[in-house]
Amino acid sequence: MTNKDLLALFIGEVVEEDVSLTLNQISRFCDAPVEQIVEIVEEGIVEPDGEDVESWRFQGICVQRIRFVLRMERDLGVNVAGAALALELLEELEWLRGRIKRLGHEYE
Amino acid sequence: MEYKDYYKVMGVERDATQAQIKRAYRKLARKYHPDINKESDAEVRFKEVGEAYAVLKDPEKRVAYDQLGSNWQGGQDFHPPPNWDQGFEFHGGDAEQFNAEQFSDFFESLYGQASARGFDEQTNRELHRRGEDTHAKVVIDLEDAYKGATRTITLKHTVLSADGRPQLKERKLNVHIPKGIRQGQHIRLAKQGSAGMGRGEAGDLYLQIEFQAHDLYHIEGGDVYLDFPVAPWEAALGTKVKVPTPTGTVEMVIPENSSSGRKLRLKGRGVPGKQSGDFYVIIQIALPPADNELAKAAYRKMKEELAFNPRAHLGV
Repeated sequence: MTNKDLLALFIGEVVEEDVSLTLNQISRFCDAPVEQIVEIVEEGIVEPDGEDVESWRFQGICVQRIRFVLRMERDLGVNVAGAALALELLEELEWLRGRIKRLGHEYE
Repeated sequence: MEYKDYYKVMGVERDATQAQIKRAYRKLARKYHPDINKESDAEVRFKEVGEAYAVLKDPEKRVAYDQLGSNWQGGQDFHPPPNWDQGFEFHGGDAEQFNAEQFSDFFESLYGQASARGFDEQTNRELHRRGEDTHAKVVIDLEDAYKGATRTITLKHTVLSADGRPQLKERKLNVHIPKGIRQGQHIRLAKQGSAGMGRGEAGDLYLQIEFQAHDLYHIEGGDVYLDFPVAPWEAALGTKVKVPTPTGTVEMVIPENSSSGRKLRLKGRGVPGKQSGDFYVIIQIALPPADNELAKAAYRKMKEELAFNPRAHLGV
């Protein structure tokens, strides 16, 4: 820790809202080859704006989803389709958990 | 240093086949993967299992590990016997999925840091490499999301000192929390992640936003919910009430004949943003206690004068 860091105020960007990335940028961000990103897009896990590959623009939220898929492939040996299924089920689980928490709170 | 019983970690016998070990690993990895398992110790267990598998899946490492003998108990104080690995030839670790810092001292004493770090060298051929992106969580109050705020966060990270030992370092950053941030969103601070190698630039730091549990409100995305107790006559006859919201008290009308659980929406009064969330008041009818004669009399009067069967829909 340095005093300089303490004085400075870091203003970041909200990944989910402010950032828009090209295919090459998101490939670098996620530390994955372009082909693998294309495969993930083809599976419908993330949906970039733009018609053809060159004009693809990825919203920041895609980074998290792509990274999740990469971790699933690497750590659990599932393929892209399996990772996509896991992602959707986990999202639903999270939504349900939030809902239970809210209902539990209402009726306690 | 503690002896680690890798067979026990994996839940297999010492004479398990490579196929059985792989199966056990896959099962445990699915169970404890921190993306899937939200228990607090999941990540620790996942790393333990990863380390055990890095040794047991590699026949060379496994045979060497077995040489230590089966008399050791997990957790027992351990020093590797001198020249324990004499005559063993290791072919660089290929535990590609793991990161050197995640392995225990026990692992390093046996296979050395070089082995643990081998895959790093393997996967990144160029000497100039962009630093890794790092991730941290920041807990903020709901009010911070409404107004924006500045938070001083303390980040702990391990660095390798000159003699190659990992050290825990702390660093503090003042970070601006933008108005309208939502639970689970990430703030990216460019080049505040790990330093790059060679001429590679530093990675980015991602801060994941988590809201502190609030006494009054619960939050779902941009929407904010408040449980709101009303008296039976307020719900039945309708009334005007004061409602606390994160931006101050507002007046709201409770329509007559409101039932418990009814949601009343205050549009756009949730977490602000490009698309502001809504604020929901959830009606909860609170019963006055019948703890004195006057209250009991009032309930008796209701019983006599209201033909009310709350169980009519149950058919009884």
